[in-house]
Amino acid sequence: MRKLIGVFLVLAFLFYLGSLALPLLQDPTPAQLASVGADLIERAPAESGSVNVVTAVVVQFRGLDTLGEVTVLFVSALGVAILAGALRDNAFREMFTDDGGFILQTGSRVLLPFVILVGAAIVLHGHLTPGGGFPGGVIIATAVLVVLFTGGMDRTPHRLLSVLEGAAGLAFVGLGMVGLSSPAQSFLANTLPLGEFGTLLSAGLIPVMYAVVAIKVASELSNVISGLTGEEAHA
Amino acid sequence: MSISAILYAVSFLLIAIGLYGLLANRNLVRMVIGLNIADLGVNIFLVTVGYVEGGIAPIFTRGAGDAATGVASATAAMVDPVPQALVLTAIVIGFGITAVALTLVMRIYAATGTIDSSRLRGLKW
Repeated sequence: MRKLIGVFLVLAFLFYLGSLALPLLQDPTPAQLASVGADLIERAPAESGSVNVVTAVVVQFRGLDTLGEVTVLFVSALGVAILAGALRDNAFREMFTDDGGFILQTGSRVLLPFVILVGAAIVLHGHLTPGGGFPGGVIIATAVLVVLFTGGMDRTPHRLLSVLEGAAGLAFVGLGMVGLSSPAQSFLANTLPLGEFGTLLSAGLIPVMYAVVAIKVASELSNVISGLTGEEAHA
Repeated sequence: MSISAILYAVSFLLIAIGLYGLLANRNLVRMVIGLNIADLGVNIFLVTVGYVEGGIAPIFTRGAGDAATGVASATAAMVDPVPQALVLTAIVIGFGITAVALTLVMRIYAATGTIDSSRLRGLKW
């Protein structure tokens, strides 16, 4: 009965979605961009110096949005730590009491530097290739997850991760404030010289900002994982 | 049938599957998974909205829209960067929601000894 009601509700919702999006379904691919997108693509090379327009949008044109986004991440890490810290017997924590065995331990020791290296490369090329602070930060956070899987709950630098998290958040806001005193007089303005278009040292403040975002994301995700184990409350 | 039409269909299908998972399951962990699937469908929908006929990724490369040779020609060929930036945000927020939801499930299990929503009075329907 419950499943039947579920099917009916979902079908009704699909019908509603379909009727809303009927123009989209009839003519799925527009011949040209909406004005906002076209305008951003036109302005991005000159104003941000970033080859990757998505990066220019995320870090520069909508930088305030990204600040809100890392704040959401921070709040969720905080919520997880508070909710899981009070648990007495934590089932998730028990998953990590095992040391994972010899093969996993040795393999992780070999792999760990390369995982962090790949993450750093993706972060630093954020303005040139697909990627950037968010995917790179997630890759770096997987390194911490591997440490946890090999029974390294005690080796995980909880204190350092908390300090990095706070410092990265402050650095993002601080770098944004620098823009207020620049000629542009706006929060998160691109204050550094833009450099040569398409090279590693270009796009001014964008790679710096994205590196800060990567540190923030990596430490935040590590905190969510170690928060789920309830470890952070004891550290 | 164009790529966009297929992707729209896929995204609606994923949203429907996710909603069905939310409605028809009693297991709270499965409900969180359903929420995740619906989230994925919404993300695919948003990216598809930004697609234009024969579009390329919004990254300037040699040949396809070098800034020096002609930004105007690149603008015509590139897909919309705004929905992609939006989805980047949506993915991160989806992760945060999943983490908090799973922690809540852990708390519910610790408090009541079950993750069956039909045994939790407050969640019965």
